Amino acid sequence: MEDKVLLKMKNIHKSFPGVYALNSVDFELRAGEVHALLGENGAGKSTLIKVLGGIYTADQGEIFIEGKRVEIKDVVTAQKCGISIIHQELVLVPYMTVGENIFLGREPMKGKLVDRARLHEEAQKLLDAYDMDIDARTMVGKLPIAKQQMVEIVKAISYQSKILVMDEPTSSISDKEVSFLFNTMRTLTAKGVGIIYISHKMSELEEICDRVTVMRDGKYIATEVVKETSKDRLISMMVGRDLKNYYTRDYAEHGELVLRCENIADGQLVKGASFEMRRGEIIGFSGLVGAGRSELMKCIFGLTGHYTGDIYLEGKKVHIKSPAEAIKYGIALVPEDRKVEGLYHIQSVKYNTTIEVLKDFIKFIHVDKGKEEEITQKYIDLMATKTPSSRQLVGKLSGGNQQKIMIGRWLATAPKILILDEPTRGVDVGAKSEIYAIMNSLAKAGMSIIMISSELPEIINMSDRVYVMCDGRITGCLNHDEVTQEKIMRLATK
Amino acid sequence: MNQVSKSKRSHMASFKDSLLLWLKENIGIIIALLVLCLFLSLNPVTKNSFLTLKNVFNVLRQISSNLFLACGMTMVIILGGIDLSVGSVIALSGCIAAGAVSRYQLPLPVAIIIGILVGLLIGMFNGLVISKTTIPAFIVTLATMNIAKGLAYVYTGGSPVRVVTKEWQFLGAGYIGIVPTPVIILIVVLIVTGLIMNRAKIGRYIYAVGGNAQAARFSGINVAKVKFFVHAYSGLMAGLAGVVLASRMYSGQPTAGEGAEMDAIAAVVVGGTSMSGGFGKIGGTIIGGLIIGVLNNGLNLLNVNSFWQYVVKGIVILLAVFIDYMKNRKGR
Repeated sequence: MEDKVLLKMKNIHKSFPGVYALNSVDFELRAGEVHALLGENGAGKSTLIKVLGGIYTADQGEIFIEGKRVEIKDVVTAQKCGISIIHQELVLVPYMTVGENIFLGREPMKGKLVDRARLHEEAQKLLDAYDMDIDARTMVGKLPIAKQQMVEIVKAISYQSKILVMDEPTSSISDKEVSFLFNTMRTLTAKGVGIIYISHKMSELEEICDRVTVMRDGKYIATEVVKETSKDRLISMMVGRDLKNYYTRDYAEHGELVLRCENIADGQLVKGASFEMRRGEIIGFSGLVGAGRSELMKCIFGLTGHYTGDIYLEGKKVHIKSPAEAIKYGIALVPEDRKVEGLYHIQSVKYNTTIEVLKDFIKFIHVDKGKEEEITQKYIDLMATKTPSSRQLVGKLSGGNQQKIMIGRWLATAPKILILDEPTRGVDVGAKSEIYAIMNSLAKAGMSIIMISSELPEIINMSDRVYVMCDGRITGCLNHDEVTQEKIMRLATK
Repeated sequence: MNQVSKSKRSHMASFKDSLLLWLKENIGIIIALLVLCLFLSLNPVTKNSFLTLKNVFNVLRQISSNLFLACGMTMVIILGGIDLSVGSVIALSGCIAAGAVSRYQLPLPVAIIIGILVGLLIGMFNGLVISKTTIPAFIVTLATMNIAKGLAYVYTGGSPVRVVTKEWQFLGAGYIGIVPTPVIILIVVLIVTGLIMNRAKIGRYIYAVGGNAQAARFSGINVAKVKFFVHAYSGLMAGLAGVVLASRMYSGQPTAGEGAEMDAIAAVVVGGTSMSGGFGKIGGTIIGGLIIGVLNNGLNLLNVNSFWQYVVKGIVILLAVFIDYMKNRKGR
């Protein structure tokens, strides 16, 4: 592989009122490589990508493409330079076919009309060239997320892009789909395309990336060859200090049985799951996407009205029909998708923290504002949330801090059972480590925690026991002294 | 003793805080309102008529009906919906209340309560359908708008139901001391609405459901109950407006309240409430209602042709919303 440099960004500066977003950043991408861009939230990764994509213009600095200096003024010039960005949120039109989406804005014409036959023919050729099992005439909205992502990639390639940016492409797809995505990426790099890859998942770096550039606080830190570096080294570069104990977990003797579920089914994804949990335990739920883990927890939290099977809380049989009832029984659920299922974005940190415990400070029409502030401050401190004030709008905080607010909100209800669904998704490394430490101390204080996670390392390092689910059933339970990635994967694909 | 004075001081401080916040949030439209008032009190044509006690009370009496509706409408819009039925409810509840007095000789308080209950019932019906199904509020209230209007015509046969008893006028055209009765009712309604929205738990739940309904469900908030309450409240306000208006006009009229829902929506939107839900304040709506009321009054005092009044009103609504838009854009 020749080391042709496709893209060079030199000495890039960008500031916004009050923030120095990029401070002399360098970046280099070679043809045929996958180059990871690593950094905590707020490190400046997305700003750098937006400068490259023409969404922002740099205050200072130079960009070279294949050795030629270019000025990227807007999105169109970026496209002309062969740069394509696949955003985390997909931007396809759901009510158009795959082919129409790929050729949106440059449809092949027959006279004054769009030549739909040729459009779909050409789109199909492109799709087939990458072995994508997709019909160009399908409506995009009917495709699963992973396939929509493939359509985005094909669309990008059809622009003859040489530089492809992927922003957390694996955050919402299953492991099987991830491996297909990686295969497609390998086909692309073999053709000389350079890929900039943004992800929080360390395990993926080793699998797919050649080099990695680390950023921190808007500054360039270092570029390393993935095979010659270590995970710990990268993490300490990202965080700026040594994270001695990335995972904190003190295993201890557990108390009495708190929760026992027998043969829970919701008539759809959950098909008879049984498990139990003791006081002070952290139990992990592992499995592939669609295994029914989140849905099982929704049954327990009363979000599924009509489940079958029995739930016993501290030995007493209960039937939970609504979240309000679940909360009364001392159950809390921090949902998987905090944007859609959790946060009130245009409301303050205070509002978001206290919404579950209004009865503690609102009596009829009397609001005890002191108490309200006190509760808010308590959970900001406990979770070490970084926010300018309790009046800050939640939508303006970083992912890690938003997640801390979500956890704080539910801790305020003083739950006996805390269910965390993907508690570290989209959370930066530093905040992740802090969340682990908090989970550990909560368990030590007697709280029972259920953690659903697709990240095997955190499941393995944090759980007392790991339940593995596959196709709506629990296929096995592994103790913390025997659990390995291989054992989990074997049970998850049973 | 010490503790009492301390808590009093903190109450005063929190009142001052909320007043300052209110000023800050609504500074654009407050200035617009002041400019409008200043213009009318300095203009040679209107300077002798605008700033008289009689005229001020007159304006307040006129906007009271609109602000009753706007109180309910603010909640509905924060919830992410809309209530188109309120204008027709004015007609129906007014006619039925007037009919109760003139046709059935029922005592006045009973008639008033019946009229208000009619509004409440229609609001509850809206709320029931909207909370139990996924049919949008726009469609449901569009339907009840037609139903209520139709029923008002059916009940009256198309002609006004006149009321000759003198006491009937107390609610809409009477005075308590020197203050017109509807102004007193308005003050009470505004305080109650403000307390519900800013102090009670249900107020916070309204913002939660409007801001992110899915999250509200995960929060254990009874989303259906919140929607039901808000629409019932909006209906109640419309019923009240209908009875007050019928009292002021000495009759229940099936044509009353036509287009009133649009004036209420205008007051809410000029007041800075977001049509996409989750954000808005009753304090803004009050200013919005005042702007529209003062404008109507000013145009009348200036003898502007009533056809042109619509044009001017439209432009002012657009301007007010535009100022708000510029302010928010700067904030970002």
